[in-house]
Amino acid sequence: MTKLLNPAGLLVLLAGAIAFPFVINDPTYTTIAIFALLFAAAASGWNIFSGYTGYIALGHAAYFGVGGYALAIMCQRWHIQGGYTPFYLVPVCGLIAAAFAVPLGAVALRTRRHTFVVITVASFFILQLLSYNLRGLTNGSSGIDFPLILQWGPDFYNLPFYYAALILTLVALATSWFIRNSKFGLGLLAIRDDEDRAQGLGVKTGASKLIAFVISAFFVGMAGAVLNYFIGNVQPTFTFDSLFDVAVELMVFMGGIGSLSGPILGALVIESADQYTALQFSFGPGLHLLVYGSLFLVVILFLPQGIVPSIKGQWARYQASRSNDQPLPSANGTGPGSPAMGVTASREEAKA
Amino acid sequence: MNLLEVKGASKAFGGIQALSDCSVSLEKGKINGLIGPNGSGKTTLFNVVTGYEKVDAGEIIFNGKPITNASPDQVFALGIGRTFQLTRIFPRLTVIENMHVAAQRSGLSGLLARWSQSHEQKRAIELLDYVGITRLKDTPAGNLSYGQKKLLEFAFILIADPQVILLDEPAGGVNPTMINLLASRIRGLNELGITFLVVEHNMEFVMTLCDRVTVMHRGTKIAEGPPAEVRRNPAVLEAYLGD
Repeated sequence: MTKLLNPAGLLVLLAGAIAFPFVINDPTYTTIAIFALLFAAAASGWNIFSGYTGYIALGHAAYFGVGGYALAIMCQRWHIQGGYTPFYLVPVCGLIAAAFAVPLGAVALRTRRHTFVVITVASFFILQLLSYNLRGLTNGSSGIDFPLILQWGPDFYNLPFYYAALILTLVALATSWFIRNSKFGLGLLAIRDDEDRAQGLGVKTGASKLIAFVISAFFVGMAGAVLNYFIGNVQPTFTFDSLFDVAVELMVFMGGIGSLSGPILGALVIESADQYTALQFSFGPGLHLLVYGSLFLVVILFLPQGIVPSIKGQWARYQASRSNDQPLPSANGTGPGSPAMGVTASREEAKA
Repeated sequence: MNLLEVKGASKAFGGIQALSDCSVSLEKGKINGLIGPNGSGKTTLFNVVTGYEKVDAGEIIFNGKPITNASPDQVFALGIGRTFQLTRIFPRLTVIENMHVAAQRSGLSGLLARWSQSHEQKRAIELLDYVGITRLKDTPAGNLSYGQKKLLEFAFILIADPQVILLDEPAGGVNPTMINLLASRIRGLNELGITFLVVEHNMEFVMTLCDRVTVMHRGTKIAEGPPAEVRRNPAVLEAYLGD
């Protein structure tokens, strides 16, 4: 089967992504792009655990929040100036989020299915509650402001954030690809299909699930750090956003859960649309929730598998029909060999 | 020499005694049959041996070492593979991916290696050839027919080079041609030194294939011996025909 995206196509996409802020140097659009890319990184990270193992985690907002708070607290305590330095601390924030995910994941992963979902939601609310109440560390409900970045002019301000978000997305995507093609990732996909059977074939299911959970928290935590730095402050209500998981899940489901590019595509489409409509038409508060809800229903109704798997299915069918229409290839023909050979074989079988 | 020994195993589910003081041993290098009426505890015996259920009492010994209540991945790593009565494959993975799931490796480099370029790839194709489903290697396993799924399950167990294979009703619901293919594959592998334990209701299959047959009834062993002998055993006839 011919691949939909070949390496050349991917390079063009990458070049386009790198050139984007120079082509469209309008802060309105680069802001939308920053949000979309950060959600793409988070969705891709979420997919490494939930997409591959089939365990739907609904509490990753906890790690998004931990990442944001970690960066804010480090900047505050260590009197870090606004500028590039906080970006270097983003991986540290990811590690801190991952460290939180170890015990929380270990507890939640003792359960399966619905119970697992409920426990992940609970772990989110526990951390949100802590951010309200550990005032010495988090400054309670008033939150913490990031240092101002005075040296960056309005034309330049978005660029570092854009490239940080782009790098994060690419690293998340590369990690996801790497895992999908490894024995470890194959074990995760086997867990999704039949966990007990996978264990009976030597897959270390407990450790695999926890490692995938922690990796996904790592990426979500880093996305949280960059996004909150961009916004300029952390607050319990917004940094620990109870709608974060609904949004990420919608993106992943729409793009195609368990696929490589699906979460990225879903996040770019939904987050851009969300930000754009919020900017263009000032809906009343909460109206975008209606949009989320109806989009979710539309996706479940018409694209239960998501965009990417649906398109791939159509593409495979198109390829198959095209190779069936073609006359049998001559000896030196360059047409797709194997499907045509399949046709001859089946004809011979029919004769026999 | 006994490769696998179950000594006095007991297992109850609520009020139902699925295994009661059951002792079964598997001779190395033989094809062992396990028969008994429905509900006699055959599948439970499989489950306690392969780590899917824990015994309430008793001991399981493999190669002279106790493996009582080990986890399924440990049991598999030691060299005991099994199939299920209702075939359990990974429906959304392709056939070739299914093969690689069973070829798990320990160590970081082993886990991070790309499965499609691992040295097991050649072996996986060989095994698919062996059971005759290589042309389906890129098909999602869920699209296979019932018989093809049984062949796949049989093939992916083999990739880990097990010493013992426990087959739970391999011939159930499968057409006669495929039953013959399966029987010849079991014999071939047995000649290579793999020990088998086969649960089967198809008496002809068991009687012609197995070197030794164990009969279970109400959670315990009631007879054991060569097929012809077991066939004439009054206790066996009574268990099957009712008392």
